[in-house]
Amino acid sequence: MSWTWFHKLASPPHAYRILGSMAPWFGWASLALILLATWWGLVKAPADYQQGDGFRILYVHAPSAWMSMFTYVVMAVAAGVGLVWRIKLAHAAAAACAPIGASFTFLALATGSIWGKPMWGTWWVWDARLTSELLLLFLYLGYMALRASFDDPQRADRASAVLALVGVINVPIIHYSVNWWSTLHQPASVTKFDKPSIDLAMLIPLFLMIAGFQLYFGWAVSRRLRGEILRRERNANWLKEAT
Amino acid sequence: MTAARTPTLAAVKLVFQRDMTLAWRRWDEVAQPLIFYVVVTTMFPLATTPDLSALREIGGGVVWVAALLASLLALEALFRADVEDGTTEQWVLSGQPLGYLLLAKVAAHWVLTGLPLVIMSPIVGTGLGLPTSVWGVLMSSLLLGTGTLSILGGIGAALTVGVRRGSVLLSLLVLPLAMPLLIFGSRAVSMQMDGDSPAGPLQLLAAIFFMALSLGPIAMSAAIRISVEN
Amino acid sequence: MDLQKFFEMGGYAGYVWTSYGLTALILLWNWWAARRSEAEAQTAARRRNELALERSS
Repeated sequence: MSWTWFHKLASPPHAYRILGSMAPWFGWASLALILLATWWGLVKAPADYQQGDGFRILYVHAPSAWMSMFTYVVMAVAAGVGLVWRIKLAHAAAAACAPIGASFTFLALATGSIWGKPMWGTWWVWDARLTSELLLLFLYLGYMALRASFDDPQRADRASAVLALVGVINVPIIHYSVNWWSTLHQPASVTKFDKPSIDLAMLIPLFLMIAGFQLYFGWAVSRRLRGEILRRERNANWLKEAT
Repeated sequence: MTAARTPTLAAVKLVFQRDMTLAWRRWDEVAQPLIFYVVVTTMFPLATTPDLSALREIGGGVVWVAALLASLLALEALFRADVEDGTTEQWVLSGQPLGYLLLAKVAAHWVLTGLPLVIMSPIVGTGLGLPTSVWGVLMSSLLLGTGTLSILGGIGAALTVGVRRGSVLLSLLVLPLAMPLLIFGSRAVSMQMDGDSPAGPLQLLAAIFFMALSLGPIAMSAAIRISVEN
Repeated sequence: MDLQKFFEMGGYAGYVWTSYGLTALILLWNWWAARRSEAEAQTAARRRNELALERSS
């Protein structure tokens, strides 16, 4: 089997062009899905038995939380690939992911907090889930801070890659400890969505929104990655045509 | 003439002994984190309440936070001198497994910083109203925690060597990673005080420590190579 | 469909609309920031190219 297509992917000019043509598809598709999911979630889905219309926050909170985790894993994998195989493009991809992931993490925390106030009576609680999400935000911020502290882009790439990988070890530990946590501490109240016995009509907008966010991530990463490629390319002829 | 290659264990011992000797000559630097530790724990009763029964509630946590911060202070300069004078480069080129050499350095740092914090913790804890019954759990949790922290801090220090304002960045990187340690460590102390078995959190601390011990040196050598390469 | 009831969100209006508003804000920020990041890189690369051309001529 010919791997030429794969090797071509790692070539910056090729990637630059492909990302440029893919981005609009990601962009428009994500816009459509997000709008559809918003309408479905706010209008078409029935109100929850216990939470009424308040539960509709789920449709922005859960996808953000999912994306915050997904982006970190993508970032860490890209960083690892860049470190092990010394592929600049992989480092560039990791750099592109970070601000996107951090913003999703912030959104997950904010919407979660807003949802928590009317439903669980408090803006914040230091349980494993919330604490680990907050930790994730710190990991993103630390990653971006470390990157910014180096003048040499190569050293920035590689040092932050090590950090991203160390941080990813942390994340499953904390998420796994959610199980431990409930044996260490009695949960304060039973969470409303601990059993997915939710009505299908309520689930559809959730999946639509997640799909929309994923495509949006694809768009944002494509655009940022193009910028990162340009920043890393020095004295390259193809730049003349591209810019 | 070919020189016989030094066995790794001998090289590791050399690195460890070198750091201990250097520290012995500058023992005031070694004492500083310890003094910081005592000062910080003193600030809490002054800032909140002198009532020991109230302080007892957060005592375990305060001791832990103070230990974390004190360890971090000492970690900042862990590799700086060696990178500046070229010793680290020699280690990278020496053909010895870099991870072990760095671990020796981290071990020396722990003996000089972490271990004194552990030993002082009952005294400091008493000032916060912690009963004698929790001393064992407090010390064992801190033993594991400071050990893990030295390794995590070693990774952070290796990454930030030569960065201007490195100390703040180091704390920003290491403290989030150390949060699970803090959670489990202070939880162990509270559980012991409440009469529950602290086995759960202590075992988790031990698991994290062994994971750090096995994977940490890999991350540290990668980070040092990156810092030294340019 | 009652528009008034829609906006009220069963009494949770403040919470629901703030959440969706924040989401819109974050999505817009990502849109703006990604485009800006790419554009800045393009300008910088163009400038580097021009300098390199000047030097070689």
